[in-house]
Amino acid sequence: MADAVRAMAQEFARDPDSLVFLRLGEQLRHRGDLEAAESVALAGLDRYPDLPEARDLYARVLVDRGHPAEARQVWESILAVEGRYPGAHKGLGFLAYAEGDLDAALDHLETALAADPAEPGVIEALRIVRTTVEEAEAEQVVPAVFERLDATEAGMLLIDRRGRVLGGTLQRDGRSVADEVAAYLTGVTQEAVRAARLLRLGRWEWLIAEGELDNLHVTAPTEDTRLLVMRERSIPPGRLAFLAAKAHDAAREWLEAQRP
Amino acid sequence: MTIGTEAFRGALDAITRVRGVRGALVVTRDDGLIVADTLMEDVRGNAVAALTASLFSRVGLATGEAGAGRAQFVHLQAEGGLVLALAVNEELLVVALAEAGANVGLIRLEMLRAGEVVR
Repeated sequence: MADAVRAMAQEFARDPDSLVFLRLGEQLRHRGDLEAAESVALAGLDRYPDLPEARDLYARVLVDRGHPAEARQVWESILAVEGRYPGAHKGLGFLAYAEGDLDAALDHLETALAADPAEPGVIEALRIVRTTVEEAEAEQVVPAVFERLDATEAGMLLIDRRGRVLGGTLQRDGRSVADEVAAYLTGVTQEAVRAARLLRLGRWEWLIAEGELDNLHVTAPTEDTRLLVMRERSIPPGRLAFLAAKAHDAAREWLEAQRP
Repeated sequence: MTIGTEAFRGALDAITRVRGVRGALVVTRDDGLIVADTLMEDVRGNAVAALTASLFSRVGLATGEAGAGRAQFVHLQAEGGLVLALAVNEELLVVALAEAGANVGLIRLEMLRAGEVVR
């Protein structure tokens, strides 16, 4: 892939009017080079300010860089001109889903699907949202996965491999950020799995991330689930690991018990 | 950068002297390129650099969204080894690759010292 990216970058440098920046930006995005992806998207926008695909690329980069509000503005600007552009509806559907607004997510994704019925990303996203709606309607009870632990559910999150929350809560500035963090966590663990495999380190077991304010511990209670334990930075890493191990076991037991 | 690279390598040497460490690198955060490295022969430095920078970038998105602040240190533990990454500044990471049972506390200490040199 590195060769392909290099070739595209060379082509773009040779011919700045080329539309290759769309594929180049997307590839850079996929491999996590977000600043480079943003530079490419902006350079493309400079040449093609009204091209929906260029704006769509820029919006997706903005989301990856943690700027959903700005991305929303970009996608809405596309729809103001081209009301059925599927990429914008798909993006806005993702943002709505991340915010827990399932009705809006369904509206956007169904519009995107109507415009482009063969787009696999939209089909999959729609399936996930519909499943979430069905589950939310079927079961309003929060799983008591962490009730046996000495801590509260706060600061723990159990998610499936598609980034859907199975249990736990995560608050930031008084509001839940569980869905947003779950989505980003999926990317983190995919990257951890990939790094461990490509570096021939075997199966990944867990990951600790120390932030300026809090530390995060991520593990996989089962093949299909991820568990996040977050505690303030003053908690020693060893104690965090101990707590995470207990939560890991509790989550595994709970998940086993849920099997039909 | 050329002048600094020798100093970087000296700092990295101290990390690789910890038992179980298979390589240490200074890596650019944005594009995962190697600035300096001290590696065992079988370690693919470019892969370590690229994958660690990419992982660190994604972790940074998660910590930011979770309200944990900017990511400063990442420890990826796998069955057959581990990867540690320390953010030195907005541009560089110090990275260590080690065997699974290596003394992480000691490696981390040397990484922090290396970070002071790199900074």
